[in-house]
Amino acid sequence: MTTYFEKRQLVTPGDLLAEGKYRAGENTYKDDDKIYATRIGIANLEDTTIYVVALKAFYVPSVGDMVIGKIVEVGISIWIVDINAPYLAVLRASDVLDRPFNPRRDALPAIFDVNDLIIAKLVAYDRTHDPVLTVREPDLGKITRGQIVEVTPTKIPRIIGRKGSMISMIKKETKCQITIGQNGVILISGKTPEDERLAVMAIRKIEQESHTSGLTDRVTEMIRKEKEV
Amino acid sequence: MRKTHEKLINENSTRLDGRKSNQLRPIKIEVGTLSNADGSAYIEQGKNKILAAVYGPKELHPKHRALPDRALLICRYHMAPFSVQERKSPAPSRREIEISKVIREALEPSVFVEYYPRTSIDIFIEVLQADGGTRCSGITVASLALADAGIPMHDLVSACAAGKVDGQLVLDLNDIEDKEGEADLPLALMPNLNAITLIQMDGDLSINEFEQTLNLAKEGCKQIHALQKDALKAKYAAVKEVVEEK
Repeated sequence: MTTYFEKRQLVTPGDLLAEGKYRAGENTYKDDDKIYATRIGIANLEDTTIYVVALKAFYVPSVGDMVIGKIVEVGISIWIVDINAPYLAVLRASDVLDRPFNPRRDALPAIFDVNDLIIAKLVAYDRTHDPVLTVREPDLGKITRGQIVEVTPTKIPRIIGRKGSMISMIKKETKCQITIGQNGVILISGKTPEDERLAVMAIRKIEQESHTSGLTDRVTEMIRKEKEV
Repeated sequence: MRKTHEKLINENSTRLDGRKSNQLRPIKIEVGTLSNADGSAYIEQGKNKILAAVYGPKELHPKHRALPDRALLICRYHMAPFSVQERKSPAPSRREIEISKVIREALEPSVFVEYYPRTSIDIFIEVLQADGGTRCSGITVASLALADAGIPMHDLVSACAAGKVDGQLVLDLNDIEDKEGEADLPLALMPNLNAITLIQMDGDLSINEFEQTLNLAKEGCKQIHALQKDALKAKYAAVKEVVEEK
């Protein structure tokens, strides 16, 4: 039972992290009794689990995630949605219509057209099937106003903060509505462009300094200072 | 067989470019060179200048090429028309198609292709200036581009050639040593796992010489691996400093 890294050390793919009865967590793999990193990131040990917080990754779909996607294709009875993942997602017409889909009566482009942005929830996905989305829940559907900010999906947990502390602070301070897509797309809509600008600034700051502590306090301070100017 | 050429290694056992037999060419690596690619890297190894870009994993078109159990690695090795002395036709030659294949096969064991079935990972290797050993430099730089794209990997792949020139075993052959020398042995290695992913040889070596050359090339790969890691970390140096401040 030995580890070969210091807490929060920057590691690269293939680095030997530990030997012995550890569990391989996120962005690591186990070969015999040895645990190696698979991505560049910050290595950590929690109980007996070794994991790496990746500095760069892409979004991998997971059932239950709320995502923000863009319609890329309107089919006969489905929409194809780009959700920033290795796979394109599918949104079924029957899901949106609330009644059986009738191709003679229902024109899909009138509901969502190509390039429309939607907030949706992932209801099904596995290795053999493309992700399926739904918009039949409150607050889901077409985005009509606001600004979009894109961040690396690995930074989303930091933007939300512990029990949502970070995001609720930003909402309170900037009076903006913020919707976070787990795929790294964030929608900000505020009463004034100035409010939105503040929220975007705060998110950019978190993205850059995501690995520091006391970040919530510093972001609060930054927003308050900016508001005075 | 050999043309009458000036000696490739002089009496002080120095090579034409002033290197000793076990010395690599000077190497400069940069990660994240291209902002439009998902991952990218650039290497200068002696007079070699090579750029690599990675896209994906992404939806594969045409769909019938998709593999049901893993991602398809697509690799294109290409030499720019101005990369060599005599203008090279920009159309992919037989040699480039072959090198694309061996590079793909050298990189595939390092990537967790089984994580992302039905997708493709595209690797583009563009040789801007060539001076021998471009397949090795290409593998080295493409592996970094993959890591930069955030694609999970077993290990980085480092590649380096060794060979026999003027009766001596030497590391990291350049163009003239490759062409005029007796043997050339390109090697790609996953250094942490000590696993070879590419080995080729042309020319003549005795079994004894082969073993020594292989070990020489392995040492070269390990030196390159250290440089690869430094380059990858350098991109995130700012992050690291912030972390260490804590």
